Amino acid sequence: MFVKQLSVFLENTEGRLDEVLKILAQGGIDLLSASLADTMEYGVLRLISKEPEKAKQILKDAGFAARIDDVIAVVVPDAVGSLAKVIGMINAADINISYIYGLSLDGEGAPIAIKTNDNERAEKLINAAGVKTLGMEDLQ
Amino acid sequence: MIWNEAKECMSRDEIEALQSARLVKVVNRVYHNVEYYRKKMQAVGLEPGDIKGIEDLDKLPYTTYADLRDTYPFGLAAVPRSEMVRVHASSGTTGKPKIAVYTRRDIDIWAECVARCLSMAGITRDDIIQIGYGYGLFTGGLGAHYGAEYLGALVLPMSTGNTQKLIDMMIDCDVTAIACTPSYLLHVAEDLEKAGLIDKIKLKTAICGAEPWTDEMRDQMEARLHIKAHDIYGLTEMMGPGVACDCEFHKGLHIWEDHFLPEIIDPATLKQLPKGSDGELVITNLSKEGMPLIRYRTKDLTSIEYDKCECGRTMARIQRFKGRSDDMLIIRGVNVFPSQVEAALLTVEGTTPHYMLVVDRVDNTDTLEVQVEVAENVFTDEIKSLEKLSKAVHDKLKMAIGLNAKVKLVEPNGLEHFDGKSKHVTDKRKLYQ
Repeated sequence: MFVKQLSVFLENTEGRLDEVLKILAQGGIDLLSASLADTMEYGVLRLISKEPEKAKQILKDAGFAARIDDVIAVVVPDAVGSLAKVIGMINAADINISYIYGLSLDGEGAPIAIKTNDNERAEKLINAAGVKTLGMEDLQ
Repeated sequence: MIWNEAKECMSRDEIEALQSARLVKVVNRVYHNVEYYRKKMQAVGLEPGDIKGIEDLDKLPYTTYADLRDTYPFGLAAVPRSEMVRVHASSGTTGKPKIAVYTRRDIDIWAECVARCLSMAGITRDDIIQIGYGYGLFTGGLGAHYGAEYLGALVLPMSTGNTQKLIDMMIDCDVTAIACTPSYLLHVAEDLEKAGLIDKIKLKTAICGAEPWTDEMRDQMEARLHIKAHDIYGLTEMMGPGVACDCEFHKGLHIWEDHFLPEIIDPATLKQLPKGSDGELVITNLSKEGMPLIRYRTKDLTSIEYDKCECGRTMARIQRFKGRSDDMLIIRGVNVFPSQVEAALLTVEGTTPHYMLVVDRVDNTDTLEVQVEVAENVFTDEIKSLEKLSKAVHDKLKMAIGLNAKVKLVEPNGLEHFDGKSKHVTDKRKLYQ
């Protein structure tokens, strides 16, 4: 049960982020969460929406390099050390975390997107510890 | 000062007589000692006896980079292995370098040619000279070094890569002359200015080469460093630096016609052009033993003036270079062919054909940027994978051309595409006036 993340390659130039978001808005894409990983020269914009395939097609048509990947959407409980516990479990199982970022979704807890080199196993571990993860159907 | 007046100031008749005699000899040597040349001559029905003097030069077939590639490494050598004492090389259009082979006598003649150039720039045995060219297969370092020693100057073999040490020793040792690329000298000037050390140096003369430069660059270095700057020309295939140099009148580069026979051809029709015409410079080695080249196409576009110079020398003057008849780039003194870059990029999946080389000069240093389109097949959501791609491109290029390129990942279709054939090189420098 993963969430589909759309990522887009962007050159680190003025107005580029604005442009890509406008294109998605014109296409009627409702963005639920956005995160930008940036370097000096370029960035990777990671987006969560209810219609990732449609969003990808819109971006492709506009000439962007875009792709869809599964990320684990973990609902981290509102308690001190919850995130540390989740990351600790993944780490202890020798699973590498590629990146994490906060999701701005409504609901209980603090939803976090995690991409690992073994999402299946990581999610099982997380769920086994009683921590909830979200799927596409949970997005509202 | 004129180093070898007997040669440098010969009359035109004397020069031509000497050239004719030496041309006949060298053609005989390559015909009998180099199978490749013999076959090339036989293919056009030529025998050594057909070449009686320089008036027969245009009967001889050209030598091109392709001939060097096909005979790599020693196929054009005209002496037995035991007579060879050194090899130099510069980059070629494909993976294999262009090689030059020298006998002991070749090294001595080279040293004299360089000494003539240094002397032309006013350098004497009383000077202290830093050699700021790379020492190694590249001809710059050792070529300038041997010439400066032959002249009797005190030589500091700095090589490249440590500007701070070069500046420290320039000041500590009262260095009066320097041999390096023009862009590097401007870089040194900048560092000296920043450190407030301009009035601490004793530098009087610079002899710069290995890349094309402009009068504007000369004016700049002369004004900023309070020196006289001279242009030295050469190419590994013929010998190395010291084939030609400009005197204090800066009316072109005097080419040592007793060792190098220049002509100008039309690169399209391959016909020899009358004296004074614009075209491609072709040179024949008149005295080289190790690997004499006959009518080597330099691909440099220029013209040649033959009238006597105000400096007293009669040796013809190669005029300002107007460009090249091939697509070779000279970046920080290194010869780079776009085909080498393409071959290197082919080993990094997904980077071709959508790439662009951007060459520029920033703060007097050549910059090479390789822009690679991040197409869908190479795009990943992880920065580390993209960084890996950048690094792979950088490392492959470093291996192929020996230069550190800046790799820039760009959006798909961010690069110009032309109908049928894409343009892969943008040179923003203004090297040719």
